[in-house]
Amino acid sequence: MNLRVYVPRDTTALALGADAVADAVRHWAAKRGGAVELVRNGSRGMFWLEPLVEVERDGGRLAFGPVGAGEVPALLASLSADPAGHPRYLGPVAEISWLRDQRRETFARAGVGDPLSLTHYRSLGGFAGLERALAMSPGAIVEEVTASGLRGRGGAAFPAGIKWRTVLEASAPQKYIVCNADEGDSGTFADRLLMEADPYQLVEGMIIAGLAVGADRGYIYLRSEYPRAREVLDQALARASAGGYLGEDIRGSGRAFHLEVRLGAGAYICGEETALLESLEGRRGTVRVKPPLPAVAGLFGQPTVINNVLTLAAATTVLARGADFYRALGSGRSRGTLPLQLAGNVLRGGLVELPFGISLREVVETFGGGTRSGRPLRAIQVGGPLGAYLPESRWDTPLDYEAFAAIGAMLGHGGVVMFDDTVDMAAQARFAMAFCAVESCGKCTPCRIGSTRGVEVIDRIIAGDAPGENRVLLRDLCDTLEQGSLCAMGGLTPLPVRSALEAFPGDFD
Amino acid sequence: MLQFYEPQRDCGTPAAAGEPVSLCIDGREVTVPAGTSVMRAAAEAGIKVPRLCATDTLEPFGSCRICLVEIEGVKGCPASCTTPVAPGMTVHTQTGRLARLRRNVMELYISDHPLDCLTCAANGDCELQEAAGETGLREVRYGFGGANHLDAPKDDSNPYFTFDPAKCIVCSRCVRACEEVQGTFALTIAGRGFGSAVSVADGGDFMGSECVSCGACVAACPTATLMENSVIEAGIPEHIVLTTCAYCGVGCAFRAEMKGSAVVRMTPWKKGGANAGHACVKGRFAFGYATHPDRITRPMIREHIDAPWRPVSWEEAIAYTARRFREIQAKHGRNSVGAITSSRCTNEEVYLLQKLVRSGFGNNNVDTCARVCHSPTGYGLKATLGTSAGTQPFASVDEADVIVVIGANLTEAHPVFASRLKRRLRQGARLVVIDPRRIELVGAPRVRADYHLPVNPGANVALLNAMAHVVLTEGLHAAPFIAERCDAEAFAAWRTFIADPRHAPEQVEDATGVPAPMLREAARLYATGGNSAIYYGLGVTEHSQGSTAVMAIANLAMLTGNLGRAGVGVSPMRGQNNVQGSCDMGSFPHELPGYRPVADDATRGLFEAAWGVALDPVPGLRIPNMFDGALDGNFRGLICQGEDVAQSDPNTQHVQAALQSLECLVVQDLFLNETAKYAHVFLPGASFLEKDGTFTNAERRISRVRRVMPPLSGKEDWQVTVDLANALGCPMDYPDPGAIMDEIARLTPSFHGVSYARLDALGSIQWPCDDAAPEGTPILHVDTFARGRGRFEITEYVATDERANRRFPLLLTTGRILSQYNVGAQTRRTANSAWHPEDVLEIHPADAEERGVTNGDWVGIRSRIGSTVLRARVTERVKPGVVYTTFHHPISGANVVTTDNADWATDCPEYKVTAVQVDRVTEPSAWQARQRQFDRRQRDLLARAEPR
Repeated sequence: MNLRVYVPRDTTALALGADAVADAVRHWAAKRGGAVELVRNGSRGMFWLEPLVEVERDGGRLAFGPVGAGEVPALLASLSADPAGHPRYLGPVAEISWLRDQRRETFARAGVGDPLSLTHYRSLGGFAGLERALAMSPGAIVEEVTASGLRGRGGAAFPAGIKWRTVLEASAPQKYIVCNADEGDSGTFADRLLMEADPYQLVEGMIIAGLAVGADRGYIYLRSEYPRAREVLDQALARASAGGYLGEDIRGSGRAFHLEVRLGAGAYICGEETALLESLEGRRGTVRVKPPLPAVAGLFGQPTVINNVLTLAAATTVLARGADFYRALGSGRSRGTLPLQLAGNVLRGGLVELPFGISLREVVETFGGGTRSGRPLRAIQVGGPLGAYLPESRWDTPLDYEAFAAIGAMLGHGGVVMFDDTVDMAAQARFAMAFCAVESCGKCTPCRIGSTRGVEVIDRIIAGDAPGENRVLLRDLCDTLEQGSLCAMGGLTPLPVRSALEAFPGDFD
Repeated sequence: MLQFYEPQRDCGTPAAAGEPVSLCIDGREVTVPAGTSVMRAAAEAGIKVPRLCATDTLEPFGSCRICLVEIEGVKGCPASCTTPVAPGMTVHTQTGRLARLRRNVMELYISDHPLDCLTCAANGDCELQEAAGETGLREVRYGFGGANHLDAPKDDSNPYFTFDPAKCIVCSRCVRACEEVQGTFALTIAGRGFGSAVSVADGGDFMGSECVSCGACVAACPTATLMENSVIEAGIPEHIVLTTCAYCGVGCAFRAEMKGSAVVRMTPWKKGGANAGHACVKGRFAFGYATHPDRITRPMIREHIDAPWRPVSWEEAIAYTARRFREIQAKHGRNSVGAITSSRCTNEEVYLLQKLVRSGFGNNNVDTCARVCHSPTGYGLKATLGTSAGTQPFASVDEADVIVVIGANLTEAHPVFASRLKRRLRQGARLVVIDPRRIELVGAPRVRADYHLPVNPGANVALLNAMAHVVLTEGLHAAPFIAERCDAEAFAAWRTFIADPRHAPEQVEDATGVPAPMLREAARLYATGGNSAIYYGLGVTEHSQGSTAVMAIANLAMLTGNLGRAGVGVSPMRGQNNVQGSCDMGSFPHELPGYRPVADDATRGLFEAAWGVALDPVPGLRIPNMFDGALDGNFRGLICQGEDVAQSDPNTQHVQAALQSLECLVVQDLFLNETAKYAHVFLPGASFLEKDGTFTNAERRISRVRRVMPPLSGKEDWQVTVDLANALGCPMDYPDPGAIMDEIARLTPSFHGVSYARLDALGSIQWPCDDAAPEGTPILHVDTFARGRGRFEITEYVATDERANRRFPLLLTTGRILSQYNVGAQTRRTANSAWHPEDVLEIHPADAEERGVTNGDWVGIRSRIGSTVLRARVTERVKPGVVYTTFHHPISGANVVTTDNADWATDCPEYKVTAVQVDRVTEPSAWQARQRQFDRRQRDLLARAEPR
């Protein structure tokens, strides 16, 4: 019996024991002597089912999960008899509704096969975008991206095409493509999942960006907390170079692109693009003033495209399938798909990629399945630690940049963190200020001093110390942070604080 | 120029230079150059936007968030410091929203700041206090019980300023000043968020750090966090006087900030033409010598040098001096007396002293200490280009693409210019360093020399010839420039000379010690890298071929067309504040003011008519001739003004013997210096703080020196010369130094347009200044060379006689250190000695090991002339075979070792090459022992004169 078994080697799966599962598969195969091929794929993002073991047989793939190492022998033994009878049996993977009901574009390949196989990547449509881009003029590539409506997925949602055009039109001896892979938002993991499951998509996206703006050098600024992603990227870059996709002559085109990975050092603020550039240049990660924009004077003072992992990855889809295809997805000015990350107190956590426009409630109910604790869901924080806490009255808001902005919230990088009814929203508001205090780069005064004062003021409110006056002071402080801060770190910290105060005032009494 | 004290005008961000842009700020139309910030545009329109982190000496930073404004059509509240103006922009700097925002930010600041304004050293001069007032802060609702830095300990390790982090607002101005202005990178912000704190980069205290104590951080600090100790002690000054530093040849402009007649602090003047608001540890802080108890403030006389000093009145001292000199001349002839002028003194003082010699003594026995430093510059640049001076203003370096530094340790000896040069390097200019030592410029933070050519001491000419050979034989020369601007015949001869293969880098590799490929690369870079500029120092001039090397440099510049515009040129870095001026003023025995030969009848006639006396057409004695003459008995009387030849001139024992054989030695100085210990008359000098006059710096910039306190002796130096001239029967009558300058201007074409009124109006003037260039001439030789056509001089390399051999296998070279100045008479009497308490001998580890010498050992240094003993510092800054020391302390006796070899053309001593042997010793040299004894005896004789 020829058998191919998939055991993910993604950080989440590994944390849940995937290596032990893989060992058990190998052990079982050795004992049986049968032809068993073990594939370490990436994760499909169904983290609630990890380690998710897939068995390929007769052209179909059956899923089992979550699988413990001890369960492997019985599981594999059951294949010849009655796999469906196994307690971890999930059916054909393509028919799992959680996955089937998504619109996987950026994450279409995630978890399907060996992330480092160039052949595999190509077989699933990889490099189609690059091939098309190589035949286009830089201006035409930029135009395609502009027409697609693709906006920055890092949080700011700035139109990618406009940024690329600025860099294209800048005249400089050297331009750069920088990938922001410093994914620091609590409850987010889409960048990591992509880099571990489908690294060539990022490589391809960066090459396309380079071709579009005339940059022959790129850096992936990766947070140091992602060691597995680093391993995958390092190998992917080496193989892409060997395969002629990177280097002086991309696939015989005569065009060059050099790509390197650089590690961060554990600062949230280095996810802010200008602080990232400072760090990348070898300096302390503090925010730069704008202007000049990085697109005009970025890395080492040169015009620089700095985009999030998902933005660059999406560019491959735009180029491969065309701007019209991408633009047809989504709603309003939010085009394409949005990779959401369900986390926190959630029953079925993981990556959910959907076109913009679906309501938050539908996502957390249909995909999330409610809280893991089983208690009623009380608040949802969307967009990372600087995102607003949304009470139930806001859950019908469509996932759309403008719709969220209209209710004083933001989609950010698509993190969705759920809280049940035991949450203390005053503590959460305090945490927002405390987070800012810990992660502030310390350059501008509102953020440097204000975040610490914010914690103190909230403590006084909670302690019942002149709560009325301190609430006024807290609101003044939030205004100061919002209007006075140098970057979005201080500027957005008021979002979770104000939303907690407004929607859950009782928690502060 | 005396004004009430107020801080220097600050427009918040640096000036820009773009096309005019018009905008509207608070209803006022403003037109400024494109690139100007909204903040500066407002300031220029008389509108102050509150600010804390912005200051116009630093690039905008945008951190304080006080300067936010509203701009119509722009979302939010952009910071005015980081927002450039745009045409048609409408800005509001005062709105209700901005008022709330600013007050709330200020409230945050004050929630972590001590409330001790009334007892704070910055009280009355604090930008935080000012901003709190401007924003109308009335209460701090956060209270003062929260997290704070109020208990952060002070760092008072630096002798001149204190760092009090409890008062710090983390605006980073100090950190940025250290980076952008000084270029040392000694400071950083440690930690992040609320824990962000100014810190020395290596985590220690200021004194133990890379900090060079330039004071830029102190000047930049808006609060009392970094504050001069003198202000902490004395309080805020009440008036200021603009003046010029009396240390190195950079000639920084300062505000002497005063309380009565006491200097509270010296602050670099932002409008200073030479320094643009920057300073170094000497000029900024080391002024305390002026009021040091060692100052001698009464004239003294004695019959012989073993007699106690006798304090006398000025009248008696002057009469005595005049009588003695007339007696000597009567007995030994007119030429038996002379004077040495000082490059520390003002132009007016130097002018008067040479006038006294020529018209009063009736001979030309006047020389200056430039003899022993830059006399080859005068000779070499005059011969080739036509003017005995550097060709560029310092600002020219801002436009240089390739910078060649030869024999100049700029970061130590010319630190303020070095900072400017380093800034240009950080902007991308390339650098070639030609020096036997790994000086700081070879590799400093964010600065790295593209090529360091570690030339053997004494081989400069071989190296420079080889560079020219490469440029010419590889066809990299500027043929059109040469054809148009240079003397064709001289070039043809030189071309044949330099093209000879014996000048190829490969052929001279043994002599230069520089690998030929590196030399070729450096030469190519100089010839082809865009604007190329050469800066050189005493490492070029103080050689037996000093003048030849200067001409070789000028040849290179002409060869590559690097003359006559900004960014290029040949710039000698002058050691003392007024070396250029003392030479300009006719201090040389063969030249009247303006470098005109005494032998020239027309020139002499001009001065004879003006001075009303007949002048001797025969050039007089140079300093070494004076010493030789003293020992021969022909030269009997010497006036030595502001110069310490017994310490600074080579072959100390020879100098001492010469001084001892004089019948009458008159020393005019602030202190009983080494020379004064051999004197018969001591005339108390006035420091630069006590007199009016002018100094001329290395870029020919004439700047006013202004009296900020009365002279301690009752007389300014020029008045003493006037009195002495009158006593000699040579009438002089000047109401003030301005009148002396008027006479100089009348008689000297290159100073024709100079007057105190014009200097006051313009701030400073670079000569030539005449009707054609009434505001001076920053760049020389723009269209034609001063001498007409540039002249290529044949520069044959002739190795010095002074070479390493079996007996003296090492080459000693000498130099300077940042904290001390020249003979140290001034800086040793300040806290600067904390950085350099003694001179040491730098020796390479290989040479040290061979001799069993370890760091800190006493080592004897022997040359064929003499020996001395210093402590060893084992370091790779020097290359094997080369040892190095300084001569800032008299007892070091560096010049006991140096020889009387000298430049063939000018007699400038060969300080930079002395063959020596070094070995471990256990006791001072015989000379040092004798010197200690002599010194004790002379101090005793002084003490007996002036019981304190």
